[in-house]
Amino acid sequence: MSEWVQACATDDIDDEDLIRFDHGGRVYAIYKSPEGEFFATAGICTHEHAFLTDGLVMGDIIECPKHNGRFNYKTGAAKGAPVCVNLITHKVKVEGDAVYVNVG
Amino acid sequence: MTTTATARDYSLIGRDSELAVQSGLAAAEWYHTEIPRKTMKELMQRSDGPALRDTAIWFALLIGLAAGGIAFWGGWWAVLFFFGYGTIYGGSADSRWHECGHGTAFKTSWMNDVVYQIACFMVMREPTVWRWSHTRHHTDTIIVGRDPEIVAMRPPDILAMLLNLFSIKHVVVTVGKILLHSTGRLTAEEETFIPEMERGRVYRTARIWLCIHMVPIALSLALQSFIPVLLVGPLPTMYGAWYMVYMGFTQHAGLAENVLDHRLNSRTVYMNPLFRYLYWNMNYHVEHHMFPMVPYYRLPALHEIMKPDTPKPYASTIEAYREIIPAVLRQLRDPEWHVVRQLPATAKPYRPDLHGAAAAAE
Repeated sequence: MSEWVQACATDDIDDEDLIRFDHGGRVYAIYKSPEGEFFATAGICTHEHAFLTDGLVMGDIIECPKHNGRFNYKTGAAKGAPVCVNLITHKVKVEGDAVYVNVG
Repeated sequence: MTTTATARDYSLIGRDSELAVQSGLAAAEWYHTEIPRKTMKELMQRSDGPALRDTAIWFALLIGLAAGGIAFWGGWWAVLFFFGYGTIYGGSADSRWHECGHGTAFKTSWMNDVVYQIACFMVMREPTVWRWSHTRHHTDTIIVGRDPEIVAMRPPDILAMLLNLFSIKHVVVTVGKILLHSTGRLTAEEETFIPEMERGRVYRTARIWLCIHMVPIALSLALQSFIPVLLVGPLPTMYGAWYMVYMGFTQHAGLAENVLDHRLNSRTVYMNPLFRYLYWNMNYHVEHHMFPMVPYYRLPALHEIMKPDTPKPYASTIEAYREIIPAVLRQLRDPEWHVVRQLPATAKPYRPDLHGAAAAAE
């Protein structure tokens, strides 16, 4: 069942950066693209247990801090070894100055 | 500290591999120096400029040294030129393999991939195999039975170490593996760290490499000259390997195994600008292991930030080897012994709770 949860304020994230959001025992990564758009994915790398929020956002790519594995955070697509499994993405909406994530 | 020596099983499919998993050393949580996110973001930033400059110089050196070797062929000057050429080809290509394998040298992805493929060929490390092997090395650095890249095992195999000064063992083993991979098979150990979806790539690359390796051989035969095989293929990998080995041994040799703190199992060694250019700052090895997303040109800055939290760096490779050689020789008779790195008073202490049963017993 889908549920919209407030994750953060729009100003909480710098452009081309991300923050961690924990909810219901799960870790999410909330991104702000260089163009100021918001996205959300699972917060843990699909390769090994590493928090993507310690990684680097470059354009539409998130690089995992553990082994430099890269994903497109807009689509979740794994961009090459060592990441082979796509990230789960979550819908995001902005209302006022709050960012909401669909955690369903 | 326990004094009962146990024979280590470094195989990835042996006893100690299972032991590492059971004792929580495999894919574990490692110590990290605390660095504010804002600072980390700045340190992680990539740009193409430094690597483009360094790679242009690198290719210019290769071409210039090769030209010199050819021009002076038959005389003693040629030996010097080929020595230099081999040092770049079989020696410093190691650092290019490493940094571009991490994807951190260039900001532009495909540039990392191109230099990675070239460097892999030069040091005879199959690109897909070694990408996964290096990934495992970073996950389980110097964890016995898990890390496929431990070069200084205990007790040390001195003969193997000496043979690898010229990459003899490495090249022979790699040729065997390339032949195996070209038939569509992996070794049992490789199956433990190369996922199935990547194996086709291994087989394809092995077949391509076999074809490429035929070219200098065919040219040498056709021209009745050693020059082609001295310039491309296993020979320059071998006669240039000394530099890679000299640098590479400083990374971990003689230090702790089976610990979850890179300050205990890695070295940072200060080097002169020439060495650092050839080694692409891999001498900042504690820093690199703790934060592999920081590109080589920002490792000195990371080092300065981490200094209060890390052991004193070695002043030079000579100082490092003054420790490494006696350590390795001592491990011949006492394989349980290792160098313990001391932390400054400003550092967070080592955490025995991270180091598993082996360290807890010390």
